[in-house]
Amino acid sequence: MKVFVPLDSAAVALGADKIAEAIVAQGAALGFSVEVVRNGSRGMVWLEPLVEVVTDKGRVGFGPMTLADVPGLFGDLSAHPKALGLVEELPWMKGQTRLTFARVGVIDPLSLEDYRAHGGLVGLERAKGMTKAQIVAEVTESGLRGRGGAGFPTGIKWKTVSEAPGDQKYIVCNADEGDSATFADRMLMEGDPYTLIEGMAIAGLACGATKGYVYIRSEYPVAIRVMEAAVLVARQVGLLGPQFDMEIRVGAGAYVCGEETSLLNSLEGKRGVVRAKPPLPALQGFMGRPTVVNNVISLASVPVIMAKGAAYYKDFGLGRSRGTIPLQIAGNVKYGGLCEVAFGLTLGQIVNEIGGGTASGRPVKAVQVGGPLGAWFPVSLFDTPFGYEEFGAKEGLIGHAGLTIADDTTDMLAMARFAMEFCAIESCGKCTPCRVGAVRGVETLDRLARGDASAIPLITDLCNTMKSGSLCALGGFTPYPVMSALTHFPDDFARAKEAAE
Amino acid sequence: MLDSHAQTDRIAEILEAHRGLEGPLLPILHAIQEAFGYIPEGAIPQIAAALMLSKAEVHGVVSFYHDFREKPAGRHVLKLCRAEACQTVGADDVADRIKKALGIDWHETTPDGRVTLEPVFCLGLCACGPAAMVDGRLVGRVDEGVVAEVAK
Repeated sequence: MKVFVPLDSAAVALGADKIAEAIVAQGAALGFSVEVVRNGSRGMVWLEPLVEVVTDKGRVGFGPMTLADVPGLFGDLSAHPKALGLVEELPWMKGQTRLTFARVGVIDPLSLEDYRAHGGLVGLERAKGMTKAQIVAEVTESGLRGRGGAGFPTGIKWKTVSEAPGDQKYIVCNADEGDSATFADRMLMEGDPYTLIEGMAIAGLACGATKGYVYIRSEYPVAIRVMEAAVLVARQVGLLGPQFDMEIRVGAGAYVCGEETSLLNSLEGKRGVVRAKPPLPALQGFMGRPTVVNNVISLASVPVIMAKGAAYYKDFGLGRSRGTIPLQIAGNVKYGGLCEVAFGLTLGQIVNEIGGGTASGRPVKAVQVGGPLGAWFPVSLFDTPFGYEEFGAKEGLIGHAGLTIADDTTDMLAMARFAMEFCAIESCGKCTPCRVGAVRGVETLDRLARGDASAIPLITDLCNTMKSGSLCALGGFTPYPVMSALTHFPDDFARAKEAAE
Repeated sequence: MLDSHAQTDRIAEILEAHRGLEGPLLPILHAIQEAFGYIPEGAIPQIAAALMLSKAEVHGVVSFYHDFREKPAGRHVLKLCRAEACQTVGADDVADRIKKALGIDWHETTPDGRVTLEPVFCLGLCACGPAAMVDGRLVGRVDEGVVAEVAK
């Protein structure tokens, strides 16, 4: 009997480790020979812990599992109260285009045999037969843009590094996924670490870099453990070696280190302070050498692009947003989790059709797209198609494609204040608009909360200063959640005034 | 508690184990905190000398990052997520009740040295919040019942 129980953080946080232990114990007690594979998550967090039992028809899912549901796995499976049917046939799975996440939840994350059997290493093999310029051209042609949030074309970045002079170049993977509502990087590293390793090795070939680093935030203990184990295996079999090797590095709780220049300083052992650009990291990055800094999902999307060709990937999507995007649907939502789809669904389709509306059953009030630096979208903008330019045109951003859904009990003035408070806590302190502006922002919003409407032009002006005067996206984008809350939910800001009167 | 010689020796071992790394300071600090539970003051000049940095530079790095402690934490560390996704499912209320039950605020330790309460901004459990980390263990859909887990 072969059973899959996720090792994914979300599954573990909901009790997967205890379920796995109980399955082993129950199997032993009943004399069954049970093989438990700890896989990644399928992304259906509301069903976690989601246990899958291999049958001759396919993998049958059971969830959300409790300890009381374990004995039933050894009886008539079709009569099990948590039986979901074939996992691949569930609507959530069937509605997706899983390119980057094709193997996540399917394979044993640390089994290279599984990885190969499911199409792994095909992209790297192909890249080995190509010149640097050919690989760069293929990635450029695919239309892949930085999935960390900035949306910069990955191929152009690689071209700069590839053509830069220098005897030592680096590939740095930004796995400092600090945005609330985002967990795609975590899920990929936990569920399919070799995809990231393969993507980085291809980047190494394309750019002439022999060394890579993955900078993972310390809040992700499972991802760190899986990636470290995967690197050891990859080294043993020669997938990593003198031609390209990599190290896993762990952050230390600073949100700003998700900004690429701050990350590079942190990696060098310095305070995670933002660097002014230019020089671009592509020319003077880690240790002053030419460096690619890419998000996990950008790098992990490269193997499938190389395996299936740029045209295949580019065929998905809309406008200038090509390929697929792993949406992370979170917050107060009925069906939360990760759903990889082609760009172009509307926000309303994502929230209502995929997410099923709120968990509380109350009406959706607002959706923050793109993490703590992303704008709050009201229901009236639910027709916005999911794409970089489309969200930009509505004074928002898609960021790392995380969505926080909030119901009608949410106080948008409080959310705006939180955005400023968070910026004040996490500011690296290098530039004044962010360091001082965030503190003044909290004070000004507190004035508004006390009913002082004269603070509205002040907060608007302050947001403009932060937006145009900050060195990086922390100070520069904090105005998005603040101004979107003020613009779309003026009642929440006026209510305080009425209360004061 | 290690005496000062044992501490110096242990830190020297850690420094030796990290020789040859590019940008070794964060890995060194993580290893020291793993060994001692915090970054002892005496470690700073020792690290500075080994890496050819000033004491101020090392101190600057230690104080920049939320993870590094300059004094020991309580026997248990309870981290609660304060980020937006968890807020939308009641994280603020849960945090208020836990603070009340423990009688402490953020960044404080109970007077008996039992629990340190810390905010964290996102554990990546945003579809099963409110999220918490209890002594390194992840917990989803947390409520004030978690206080019982740090009772001893």
